[in-house]
Amino acid sequence: MGEEPNTPPIVIDNLHKKFGDQTVLNGVSLQVQRGETVAVLGRSGTGKSVFLKLIIGLQPSDSGSVTIEGQQITGLDVKHLNEVRKKIGFLFQQAALYDSLTVEENVAFPLSRHTNMSDADRNTRVRELLGSVGMDQDLNKMPSEISGGMQKRVGLARALALDPNILLFDEPTAGLDPITAAEIGKLILELKQKREMTAIVVTHDIRGAKVFSDRMVLIHEGNILAEGPLADLQKSKHPVVIQFLKDSS
Amino acid sequence: MTTYLAILILGTAISGTLANSRLGDQGIVFKSFLIEGVEWFGEWGIFCTRAFRSALAPPYELRELIRQCDVIGAKSLPLVALAGAAIGVVLSLQTHDALIRFGAKSLLPPVIVFTIIKESGPVITGMVVAGRVGAGIGAELGSMKVTEQIDAMEASAVDPYRFLVATRVLACVLMLPLLTLAADFSGLVMGWLANTLADPISFQLFFVSGFKNLLFSDFIPPTLKTAAFGLIIGLVACFQGMRTKGGTEGVGRSATSSVVLSSLFVIVADVVLVRLIQMVWR
Repeated sequence: MGEEPNTPPIVIDNLHKKFGDQTVLNGVSLQVQRGETVAVLGRSGTGKSVFLKLIIGLQPSDSGSVTIEGQQITGLDVKHLNEVRKKIGFLFQQAALYDSLTVEENVAFPLSRHTNMSDADRNTRVRELLGSVGMDQDLNKMPSEISGGMQKRVGLARALALDPNILLFDEPTAGLDPITAAEIGKLILELKQKREMTAIVVTHDIRGAKVFSDRMVLIHEGNILAEGPLADLQKSKHPVVIQFLKDSS
Repeated sequence: MTTYLAILILGTAISGTLANSRLGDQGIVFKSFLIEGVEWFGEWGIFCTRAFRSALAPPYELRELIRQCDVIGAKSLPLVALAGAAIGVVLSLQTHDALIRFGAKSLLPPVIVFTIIKESGPVITGMVVAGRVGAGIGAELGSMKVTEQIDAMEASAVDPYRFLVATRVLACVLMLPLLTLAADFSGLVMGWLANTLADPISFQLFFVSGFKNLLFSDFIPPTLKTAAFGLIIGLVACFQGMRTKGGTEGVGRSATSSVVLSSLFVIVADVVLVRLIQMVWR
């Protein structure tokens, strides 16, 4: 399927997801333009992480469609889905580093499977990636030997390994101290500015989101309740939006 | 008299109702157990199909396969050899007295050789590996599942069925027959040692006498049947690990159920395979 020049890289249309009787997403639609960073906000348990997993096809949706770079991924077989996944980097909430591999091996993992790089080139690339997140001094450490913030940095380096066009972040600053959270936020902003990446960031951290996002989306009871820059959300008269912004600030 | 009769009738009625209600509860429990069992086998079948498909299609994960062969094979070797040795000693001690009682002491070497090679060696290897490797795979994959490492692998466009499942299952299939040889060897050596301490016999005489009537058909099928045990252990443990839910408690449950189910299936498979081997090799 050919990609139109102005097609948004992420198009989500009327996405539904239920777990048993519990409706998690009830017809969510969202388009993310090239180079745009969208922050997805919402209370815990509103299905923000599920939303990200549906975008990358880690979970199947009940109905609706997700189109990545012009390719609809809903119902795609694993082989073709993997081709789409190579264009997406995903930073998990707890970084999800492979605990049997070192920091270096974690970042090298996607490269060794999807590229024909020589060992020397791969090592150089891994060092570059880890250097870009300030982790090039800890190559041989195991994930259990580094802090949560450092794990997130390594996870980010791994997500960037295949040079993706799209990045998905699941709570990148959750569980981190304010200084480390600000550093991670700064890294996301740098990525946005230097690489013009298209990104969706699921977060509770409105202060951080204000820095790196172009647009915010508030999910409530399976639907998008409010959408726009922070200034627009602050003008909203909806009691849930007011309450959320008040409690988060 | 009428009162006694009334009490008797009432008592019978109450006990009958209670019995029916217990039977009803048991029926519901049995039905739910049956449904869960059928569901489990259905999901396992789908899992096995996907695992086989991933294993057969390139690219092959040779480096990971070699690593798993080391983890499953080389690291199980001491335990399997020890278990085989213990079986050899016990078998020698137990059969020595029994054969003397029947005046068949000269049959001791062939009895030990046949018993270990045809049954004890393969089964003890299957059970030891089901315990050690089954728990290991169940816990490792379970832990990877609950910490989203398997999701991360999928998100990196790497098929976890190829990288995690196929390599572990294949390593189990390849390593079990080799481990069985180790169990057989240590069992026979320790069987001779235990025998010779009680009733001295040379190592050469013990082995010549023991192996005199042993055919390849007595040795090859029982040794190779452990490849089927490996297949069962690998597939059950990987399945239990990959469907883990519920944090660390779930990981514990997966490890336990991997051991229990793979041990159980190894025993059942042994019964079926022994009969099959008898039918085919006769």
